[in-house]
Amino acid sequence: MTLAVRHTWFMVGRQLRNLMREPIWIALLLVQPMVWLLLYGQLFKRVTQLPGGGFGTTSYITFLAPAIVIMNSFFGATWSGMAMISDLDRDVLPRFLATPVSRISLVVSQIVRSALIAVIQGVIILLVSLTLGVSVHTGLLGWIVILAAAALMNSAFAGLSQGIALLVRKEATMIAIANFIGLPLFFLSSTLISIRQVPHWMQIAAKFNPVNWGVIAAREVVLRGTHWGSVGLHLALLFGLSVATAAFATWTFRAYQRTI
Amino acid sequence: MDAIVVDELRKRYGAVQALQGVGFRVRAGEVFGLLGPNGAGKSTTVKVLATLTKPDSGHAEVAGCDVVGEPNAVRRAIGYVPQSSGVDRDATGRENLTLQGRIQGVGGRALEARVDELLELLGLAEAADRVVRGYSGGMKRRLDVGLGLVHRPQVLFLDEPTTGLDPEARASMWDELERLAEGEALTILLTTHYMEEADQLADRLAIVSRGRVVVAGTPEELKRSLRGEAVEVELADGRAADAESIVAALEEVHEASSEGRKLRSRVASGARAIPSILSALEAKGIGVEAVTTHRPSLDDVYLHYTGREFAAEDEAGGRDDGSGGDGR
Repeated sequence: MTLAVRHTWFMVGRQLRNLMREPIWIALLLVQPMVWLLLYGQLFKRVTQLPGGGFGTTSYITFLAPAIVIMNSFFGATWSGMAMISDLDRDVLPRFLATPVSRISLVVSQIVRSALIAVIQGVIILLVSLTLGVSVHTGLLGWIVILAAAALMNSAFAGLSQGIALLVRKEATMIAIANFIGLPLFFLSSTLISIRQVPHWMQIAAKFNPVNWGVIAAREVVLRGTHWGSVGLHLALLFGLSVATAAFATWTFRAYQRTI
Repeated sequence: MDAIVVDELRKRYGAVQALQGVGFRVRAGEVFGLLGPNGAGKSTTVKVLATLTKPDSGHAEVAGCDVVGEPNAVRRAIGYVPQSSGVDRDATGRENLTLQGRIQGVGGRALEARVDELLELLGLAEAADRVVRGYSGGMKRRLDVGLGLVHRPQVLFLDEPTTGLDPEARASMWDELERLAEGEALTILLTTHYMEEADQLADRLAIVSRGRVVVAGTPEELKRSLRGEAVEVELADGRAADAESIVAALEEVHEASSEGRKLRSRVASGARAIPSILSALEAKGIGVEAVTTHRPSLDDVYLHYTGREFAAEDEAGGRDDGSGGDGR
């Protein structure tokens, strides 16, 4: 076990170092959430005045900001399998497999790397939100909850993305699948609008949508009247899903090894 | 003592029977070559020995450990240089070597010193802190070899180490490998389809064809096993197939093969065979541009054994010219 942790650390180190060599990527990846936050947030700022309400605040940007952290983390996760495909294409994996490296660390490190980047981006999005007047009602604890939700959201879907990458092993297929999963789950959540404003069937669907679990947990700590039971429940659900998808990714890794 | 023992390995990928009972032994400290055409099963054999894949049946030991039963012990004892480069192109040469050392359980000062030593040894000291993306093909390949050596393995597997390199880079890679073999007290298993490479580097070699070892021995033994001389005729026009059948029918000729405008044949004595070859060709109106004769090279050995293997399978029984190799 300690060996697996050490090796995961080495592998995460390798990927973060390579990423830091081109830090422009972190900035480029932030363009999309900033567009949502700055443009979309302004465009629809009066949406909170809709009859029926359910926003819990009159400031749309306050409603939106924690959900954008989750959205960014979710979309980042759906793409995380691309790094695995790149390692497969460049034959980096077979080289590692001829060493005593912990097999599980090769998969888990991809998930940890992906989640770490989501947390770093989450901090940046929250800082920008702060300058736009968003205040996290529960203070530092709230920040920690939002970032934990972002990390769990990311690892849940990064596990899935890694598993799919190991099954399809082709970039084009991976892109198609990421889009196929990404957009529907995004729109079937309360990221952009209060759940009370959407059709009944969507409200039901959102209950089972992991993206919505993350949005609920993150938004609860921003708005007044935080329901901690709900925060805990949704974080626990995301944790459970992360464990399940990590197990799926590990299983697909074994399947890949059998094809060598 | 044997560093590698391979016994009756079989492995099937879908409809393809990649290994059909490969077997050979490599002594500690020796450079052993697996020579054969593409698809002969060389890489699959190495993948089994490097614990990347499991054989369907058969037995293999590397450095005294069973490749199926004790894979981690084998992994610690070996360095594996795969056919296609497995370097991390977004990292520097030094970072690549350091990570590889860490996962092999080397660390701290010892690792730093080893990485410096290898960078120096492989002529990569100046490029050590540059990202690998900017390396030439030869530099990348040398780094691959370094990755295999960082933990001072007992056995090094080199799968087609010079394929894709230009002749100059290939020659310098051979020099490096020869120095390594002497300096590092290593057993090296090398696969290649370059005859020259096997001839220059290997102490002993096995010719592999269709998932099986057809003959094994030192390059000298293998050449000696082909008694007589090789005669090469360059034809003036392209009727190589006709020429081949005419010459193959001659009593003095053991075997003949053709490639492009070149007709190769093996004979007991060049001085006696050349006149009858030339007159037979002339009788059928086939023009000859040049004739050369030489002692059998590893090329001839290779063509002889792999060619005969194909012929034997195609003709069910095949022909026999009386010469045989040892070590079957």
